[in-house]
Amino acid sequence: MHKKEELRAPVSQKPHVVEKPENIDTIGGTVTLELNEKKVTVPLGTTILDACKENNIHIPTLCHHEDLCVAGVCRLCVVEVEGMRTLQASCAYPITSPIKVHTSTPMVRQARKHIIDLLISEHYGECYSCFRNNNCELQSLAKEYGVDHYNFGHIEKPRYEVDKSSYSVIRDMDKCVLCKRCVRTCIDLQEVGVLEAVGRGDQTRISTFLDKPLADVVCINCGQCINRCPTGALRANDPRDEIWEAIDDPKKHVIIQTAPSPRAAIGEEFGQEPGLSYTKEMTTALRRIGFDKVFDTNFTADLTIMEEGTELILRLYKALVEKDNSVKVPQFTSCSPGWVKYLEHFYPEYIDNLSSAKSPQQMFGALIKTYYAEKNGINPEDIVSVALMPCSAKKFECNRPEMHDSGFKDVDYGLTTRELAQMIKEAGIFLPEMPKSNFDNPFGEASGAGLIFGATGGVMEAAIRTVYELITGKNVEDFFENMNVTPVRGFEGVKYAELPITEVGPVPDILKPLVPNWDWVKGATLKVAVVHGTANAKKVMEDIKAGGKFSECHFIEFMACPGGCLGGGGQPIPTNKEIRAKRAQAIYNEDESLTLRKSHMNENVLRLYEEFLPEGPCSHKSHKLLHTHYTERGKYIA
Amino acid sequence: MLVLEKNAITEEIEESIKLHGNNRSALIPILQDIQRKHSHISDFAQQEVARLLDIHPVEVYSVVSFYAFLNTKPKGRNIVRLCQTITCDLQGKAAIAKAIERELNCKFGETTQDKKFSLEFANCLGMCDQGPAMIVNDKVYSHLTPEKAVQILSNIK
Amino acid sequence: MTTNKQKREGAVIFSEYERGSAIKKALSMGRDDILFELRESKLKGRGGAGFPTSTKWMLVAAAKAEEKYLICNADEGEPGTFKDRVLLLEYPELVFDAMVVGGYTLGAKHGVVYLRGEYEYMKKSLEDYLEAMRKDNLLGNNILGKEGFNFDISIFLGSGAYVCGEETALIESMEGQRGEARNKPPYPVNTGFMGMPTAVNNVETLAAVSHIVVKSGAWFKQHGTDKSTGSKLLSISGDCKKPGVYELPWGTKISELLELVGAENTKAVQVGGASGICLSRSEFDRTLAYEDAATGGSIMIFNENRDMLKVLKNFMEFFVEESCGQCTPCRIGNVKLLEGIEMIERGEYTFSYIKKLKDLGNTMKVASKCGLGQSSPNSFISILDNFSDEIFNNVNGGSHA
Repeated sequence: MHKKEELRAPVSQKPHVVEKPENIDTIGGTVTLELNEKKVTVPLGTTILDACKENNIHIPTLCHHEDLCVAGVCRLCVVEVEGMRTLQASCAYPITSPIKVHTSTPMVRQARKHIIDLLISEHYGECYSCFRNNNCELQSLAKEYGVDHYNFGHIEKPRYEVDKSSYSVIRDMDKCVLCKRCVRTCIDLQEVGVLEAVGRGDQTRISTFLDKPLADVVCINCGQCINRCPTGALRANDPRDEIWEAIDDPKKHVIIQTAPSPRAAIGEEFGQEPGLSYTKEMTTALRRIGFDKVFDTNFTADLTIMEEGTELILRLYKALVEKDNSVKVPQFTSCSPGWVKYLEHFYPEYIDNLSSAKSPQQMFGALIKTYYAEKNGINPEDIVSVALMPCSAKKFECNRPEMHDSGFKDVDYGLTTRELAQMIKEAGIFLPEMPKSNFDNPFGEASGAGLIFGATGGVMEAAIRTVYELITGKNVEDFFENMNVTPVRGFEGVKYAELPITEVGPVPDILKPLVPNWDWVKGATLKVAVVHGTANAKKVMEDIKAGGKFSECHFIEFMACPGGCLGGGGQPIPTNKEIRAKRAQAIYNEDESLTLRKSHMNENVLRLYEEFLPEGPCSHKSHKLLHTHYTERGKYIA
Repeated sequence: MLVLEKNAITEEIEESIKLHGNNRSALIPILQDIQRKHSHISDFAQQEVARLLDIHPVEVYSVVSFYAFLNTKPKGRNIVRLCQTITCDLQGKAAIAKAIERELNCKFGETTQDKKFSLEFANCLGMCDQGPAMIVNDKVYSHLTPEKAVQILSNIK
Repeated sequence: MTTNKQKREGAVIFSEYERGSAIKKALSMGRDDILFELRESKLKGRGGAGFPTSTKWMLVAAAKAEEKYLICNADEGEPGTFKDRVLLLEYPELVFDAMVVGGYTLGAKHGVVYLRGEYEYMKKSLEDYLEAMRKDNLLGNNILGKEGFNFDISIFLGSGAYVCGEETALIESMEGQRGEARNKPPYPVNTGFMGMPTAVNNVETLAAVSHIVVKSGAWFKQHGTDKSTGSKLLSISGDCKKPGVYELPWGTKISELLELVGAENTKAVQVGGASGICLSRSEFDRTLAYEDAATGGSIMIFNENRDMLKVLKNFMEFFVEESCGQCTPCRIGNVKLLEGIEMIERGEYTFSYIKKLKDLGNTMKVASKCGLGQSSPNSFISILDNFSDEIFNNVNGGSHA
């Protein structure tokens, strides 16, 4: 019997289990097939599609996505396998015998063309009025196969109402091609389980539980479905019009904060190779668009480290020294709004484990309309605060009713990388050719620690760089070569590390009101974990529930999206494994190029504490502005 | 829905699970039990099944919406399924349907006002040698004529 | 009421058989001997696809796995087919005995009958029958005293989905999923129910196995033709005097069959149900065989008064509704074919568009994911080809201009 968890996804959608020999050089480790009359040797079990890729034979696909398990439903990738009565879907056919494959026979070409014709006949709307114009897989296929008219007619009226209920994700099922990538993303990759195929035959559609609006179900707004949708059926809730309006209004003071991940990916929207950072070009472009101030969210990422790191120390002190049972350990990070909502829905009993520290976006929002407004004599009412984020869930986060601690809506709009790229284009700007410029002060200087928040493990690494130094009084470089905390880096779904604290120093001034000394941590081992993707989060949460090894952790970083924020639901499409790795490299490279790489060394942050939060981190005032609370949502759908 | 009703449904589902098991392969038998008893699978029942089998509610809904004999909206106490496939069609299905519709004052695809009958067309019932045929609940009736069909329904409580 | 009205005569399936005899005989044989007899018989699957049963069983028997399953496919949904209904109601011993034989041969402990939801009315009697078998130690532990041979059969009720007759959709359904066909390979013999090696056999195939075990493969292949051995149960319906289930040897001509069942003025014979092909008068000397007009058993007869376009429309409506909806060619293709029929009805078609739709049908045959979409265009193409005079040229009472 398969274990229940293995059966969650329909077995038909699971990849084929073909035991690949560990060493393909052994006899039977490879198989030689004929690919368009050419002999080719591949590891046993390779799919025809992969074999073709390696041999530079292009096969069109639509339902295939390398992050997801096999579906084999669009049938575009069909090829002829000699001896088989029907064509075979190359994405789903594992090669285990010396077959003969033909990828471009009249039958194959006709079938592909027919399939494209059929999909287009039911695809409502026009390309020029679609946000995926020029970046749509269906459109590309139509171009590739020279579609110049509707062979089987064209749907004239919409069949479905567009679901605009969510702050984050908009669903327009008239553009859906039923590839089920979103279903596989939502159920297998993220294990959120909001979207599934519903109905059958010509009535089949992708829908939610009882076809309810997305805002009423357990959607965590991660937007991973958007990134994998081949067409315009899924998109983020786009605030561009409102932002342009604010920019064009001379009375409004429009500021934008920019998260670390968009700068490492936005170049892709301008045809640039993934893996190049356009931080300084982007700041110039933002000014040219008309933003009055351009700030760096990394600044509040540093602030988050101060608050969340202090909170961690306090939690551990209360739990371990004062034996206060009401204090929950491990502490969970709270900067990923997708993860926060996931926990609120699926593990509401653990919301007290979430750090009460707001995410960098929301800390920024609260400071802009208080500290910054005061300092610059601007009426907070006139400030429009925009957050450039790699994320669709940030749009929901800034609309949480509790996020009004400044007395106003702390952050007015969450803007995704894709949407900003669009604004830049609308302004007639070609980003890669922009002159370079720096962020505005006082929120313009930030550490590399804040920057690496964009990659999975980044928050943990930033926290370790700070907490280690605050406790030991030594440089983190003494413990980790070149300050790189490699045990928490990389794309493994769940990472676990034990960090012994062998020596302690004096308590730094900023923490003196909170802990008397460090004796209680001397000789202790800090146990941490880093988790990305909610499917992995689920595994760790189940382990914690069962009292397993993760329940003994002190601090766990959770990010809703695979790869962390750099793979967020607001990032350029496509996003895949290779692209995520390149974006991460861009972020880590930029970190290494900086001189300031530790949050607690950020002088602007320290000045903020001096001027505005004199009682230090986790004090009363900081709690009012920089911390928040959560809602037990549960799973039940009313 | 009242709390008591909810508890009763949960108990029923738990009973079904005892009978069929608590893994996903028990899903359809469990849903059939609920369907049989309540003539539909309510929002609440779907979510309870999902909770007890540890799957997502939308997966339950997805399955319910796939199968013709499972439904989410309440139906009449008796479900009439008249075969609409070719042999029964050629042997006079349309006249039978009309007669039933007139008699019960209810269209196919709908439920009578007194919730006694739901009328549905079904695909091939496997009675092609004895058509036209219909199934009422779990009884099959063959060689129907309009008169006979109406007579059969009038004998049902 | 559901019994077969026709006299049950037949050389193979309806021949003499004593309850439990196949089990007794099998337990006295080696597993290889049983597989050998099956191979000798050249029995092919009776569901329609015609895969050699011995090969299927050998693959499962040879597989190494914690569990193996034998599934009897009683999701008889093909329009015009009702032979499984007759077998299960009147000859359950043939089916269940063969399942026990299968359990023994394959090394499976679990047998499942996937009974279509429409046949719920027979579930109780089948369960009673199984209970009686348990009492007689034909099921359960150490069957008929064979130490260590444990096998039991349960009934899984479908819920109204034609596509679940496709073996991998059936397995999905048993696993609590939508009845959506899987990608193949791997086939169920390798990765079936719960990922385990699984043999899925048609009701009639199993019935034949019981006879083969008792009477030998050599006996079986005396019947039928060289490539299509044995007999076939045919479900005859439509315009004839004596509809019902008939057992006839493979190789019987359509015209012989029509005479036998009292069909007069026959214009068309649909062989193989809605997913089969429609033959016109000029083809009535074709024979029923895997190598000629293959069928899972459905024969529907239409006389001169029938409107073939209406017949075709009924079939296509069926497929539009019963397609599982996962793959593009079947989900949208069937809708396009149906729309084409409606265009003809309204007289708003062009011949070039009808040609395009036939080409589309040919794509569906090769590019659909499972047998449903691969066979649904058969009737579209064959009816429009074979009855074009009636449909397009207003000949023989056709009314579509």
